[in-house]
Amino acid sequence: MKAIVNVYLKEGVLDPQGKATRHALESMNFKGIMDVRIGKQIIIKLDTENREEAQKEVEEMCETLLANTVIEDYTIEIV
Amino acid sequence: MQKTPMNVVILRFPGTNCEFDTQYAFDKLGHKTELIWHKEESLPKKTDLVIVPGGFSYGDYLRSGSIARFSPVMKAVVAYANQGGKVLGICNGFQILTEVGLLPGALKRNNNLHFISKYQHLKVVNSDNAFLNQYSDSDILNIPIAHADGNYYIDDNGLANLEENGQILLRYCDALGDREVVNGSVTSIAGICNKEKNIFGLMPHPERAMEEILGSIDGIKMLQGFEQ
Repeated sequence: MKAIVNVYLKEGVLDPQGKATRHALESMNFKGIMDVRIGKQIIIKLDTENREEAQKEVEEMCETLLANTVIEDYTIEIV
Repeated sequence: MQKTPMNVVILRFPGTNCEFDTQYAFDKLGHKTELIWHKEESLPKKTDLVIVPGGFSYGDYLRSGSIARFSPVMKAVVAYANQGGKVLGICNGFQILTEVGLLPGALKRNNNLHFISKYQHLKVVNSDNAFLNQYSDSDILNIPIAHADGNYYIDDNGLANLEENGQILLRYCDALGDREVVNGSVTSIAGICNKEKNIFGLMPHPERAMEEILGSIDGIKMLQGFEQ
């Protein structure tokens, strides 16, 4: 089983990398960009077949290490 | 009057690079220093001050300071701090102290995405604490900064608490003392302490401002603040 974790800055917390990237895209004449947010993806291989167990375990990983919940949100997808 | 030398403990993680500058600074002031490897599970019994020095612990992987906070020695530091022991985090040390939850808020990537390394003016916001008591409120200092992730963030409630409790130590300013946007920090905050005022964190490097010939001696009084 695999967990795909996406970590990104919370709504309302300015994302300097996203902002710079947006400006770069606009300078290349890409139109209609409303916002760019940059995050990171962490892929974890787990030796369990129990979805619930995996979800719970990865949630704890996010809360303790993978995300800094002062500034970041995360999503978990178990596949 | 001769001051009693302090026993200063300086932590070392893989990637720490300011430990010797920090040791030099405290040695120069006549204190006893000891470098402690991150695998240690306890601090020396007679510790008067713990320094979490600057550098790039664990290569800044994941987030600056995020992995160092799980080092064995940090458990001992948290216990020491919770008993009122004095702790100072400089630069990466500040990042580690926010990650481990000893200080509120977080440090994000600088808003211009650059690694900023230069002398920077700072204004003393609150001097009523063990760190800045040799200075007065509104004093203007000149101390080097060198960081990529110094953009201090805290939410509005958190900021109001910092203000109310006098926890804001230093703000970035220009030579005249007017607030300056350096890295995007909330209200240009450069350093804070906890509510109990025994845990301190700042992005600038006082240990690099110890010699006139190197440009500034404004760091001396900061470190002397801890002397009893």
